[in-house]
Amino acid sequence: MRLFNLVGSYFLLLGKVFAKPEKKMIYYKLTVKEIEKLGLNSIIIVAIISAFMGAVITIQTAYNTENPFLPSYLIGLAARDSILLEFSSTIVGLILAGKVGSNIASEIGTMRVTQQIDALEVMGVNSASYLILPKIIATILFNPFLTMLSIVVGIIGGWSVGVFTGVVTTQEYINGIQYAFVPYYITYALIKTVVFAFLITTISAFQGYYVEGGSLEVGQASTRAVVASSVAILLFNLILTQLLLS
Amino acid sequence: MISVNHINKSFNDHSVLKDISATFEQGKTNLIIGQSGSGKTVLLKCLVGLFDVDDGDIFYEDVHFNKIGFKEKKEIRKKIGMLFQGGALFDSSTVEENVMFPLDMFTNMTFEEKLERVNSCLKKVNIINFNHLFPAEISGGMQKRVAIARAIALNPKFLFCDEPNSGLDPKTSILIDELIKEITEEYNITTIVNTHDMNSVMGIGDKIIFIYEGQKWWEGTKEDVLHSDNKEFNSFVFASALTRKIKGIL
Ligand SMILES: Nc1ncnc2c1ncn2[C@@H]1O[C@H](COP(=O)(O)OP(=O)(O)OP(=O)(O)O)[C@@H](O)[C@H]1O
Ligand SMILES: [Mg+2]
Repeated sequence: MRLFNLVGSYFLLLGKVFAKPEKKMIYYKLTVKEIEKLGLNSIIIVAIISAFMGAVITIQTAYNTENPFLPSYLIGLAARDSILLEFSSTIVGLILAGKVGSNIASEIGTMRVTQQIDALEVMGVNSASYLILPKIIATILFNPFLTMLSIVVGIIGGWSVGVFTGVVTTQEYINGIQYAFVPYYITYALIKTVVFAFLITTISAFQGYYVEGGSLEVGQASTRAVVASSVAILLFNLILTQLLLS
Repeated sequence: MISVNHINKSFNDHSVLKDISATFEQGKTNLIIGQSGSGKTVLLKCLVGLFDVDDGDIFYEDVHFNKIGFKEKKEIRKKIGMLFQGGALFDSSTVEENVMFPLDMFTNMTFEEKLERVNSCLKKVNIINFNHLFPAEISGGMQKRVAIARAIALNPKFLFCDEPNSGLDPKTSILIDELIKEITEEYNITTIVNTHDMNSVMGIGDKIIFIYEGQKWWEGTKEDVLHSDNKEFNSFVFASALTRKIKGIL
């Protein structure tokens, strides 16, 4: 019952968010700001994590396939597919849920408890749309770049560590990357990214927007935002995989 | 002028406002006073529409505020300035951006025009050369004054202040009170101020409404305060030994 209420008010909030913007120019400027805050600031963490994950995937695959009957391109192939299918969309999504989700929930939650949202409403501004829509647009536009970046860095990370440790040669790795490549997997990864971006932003904003109390409650909302958007990502990962790959 | 007729407001089963009727006059500083928890903030929030009343009517001039749709409400809201208890400045924006915000949202002025307006509002509240600081970088009293500047940026016809001088020293409090009174008279605004500060009551109270346990218990001007024989009102107004002594002398 509580869950129904929650989902109901989530969709009501979305209704408010997608009302017609009052001044397009302001929304445009805000979106640019949010791209910087939520997108550009995530590049480094995504790059670092992707490089290490690519490296680990490569080494693990190498040690698990030391059987001489298995073809040598397998390492590159496995690295490519795990990065493309799961890692760069889902895992990066989960990491962004932690970073971006808590950021959004605490920012909006603080605005709620310090009456900044009331101030917007009294002025006649649609606070939900003003605060949340630019964040949704920013993450939907920018997160696909983060995913592409993650794919590229992950594959390079796998290659450099693979060659450095001697488990794979450059030629074998490149063969593996190119072997039976399905371009659709990229589309699949990007679709997942966009859906996850929407989930992270809206769920976290929802948690922040309805905070009541003080800074303690803002902290709790921010934790709930991370947990709820992570669960939503895992759930939708399952649904989307079933829909898109079966 | 704003008038309310028989409004009630409760949260779940807890009745906060009970059958309140009152008028708030234009060009005057109307005060709502009462003990902590008596319902002042709830009343103010009902007036501006942050809370919906359970029943009763709220009129802005002759507009039936709690019956009109979202679009019409928005038109009224552009004429409302509100000063929140904590200031409620946008903390990721500078002083200048805060005051400019309503102008950005609701006017088509050029940047130069807006800047000129912002600076004249900031000058009014005596905040000069702080344009590029953030709210966290200025004092509480200055934040309140910036919030007043933001509230008057669009030349409001209705000004609401929730405890404008809570947490301020007596001197700054009086400065803020006088500022509110001055703006009210200069621009002929309908101003409503929540307070439990007796200095404000005696200083700027053109019309005073005393709320007791969610009901309107007493109403009058600051001159009437000294001659009231209402028991609850007197025990609120003359709460301290000093004020009782003063009443005795008068
Ligand atoms: N959102 C809310 N939900 C439930 N009850 C509320 C809510 N807001 C206020 N109340 C209740 O309404 C009553 C009046 O609160 P209000 O904030 O109006 O007091 P106040 O007169 O402004 O007091 P103070 O001078 O301390 O600010 C309190 O008992 C409070 O618990
Ligand atoms: Mg109050």
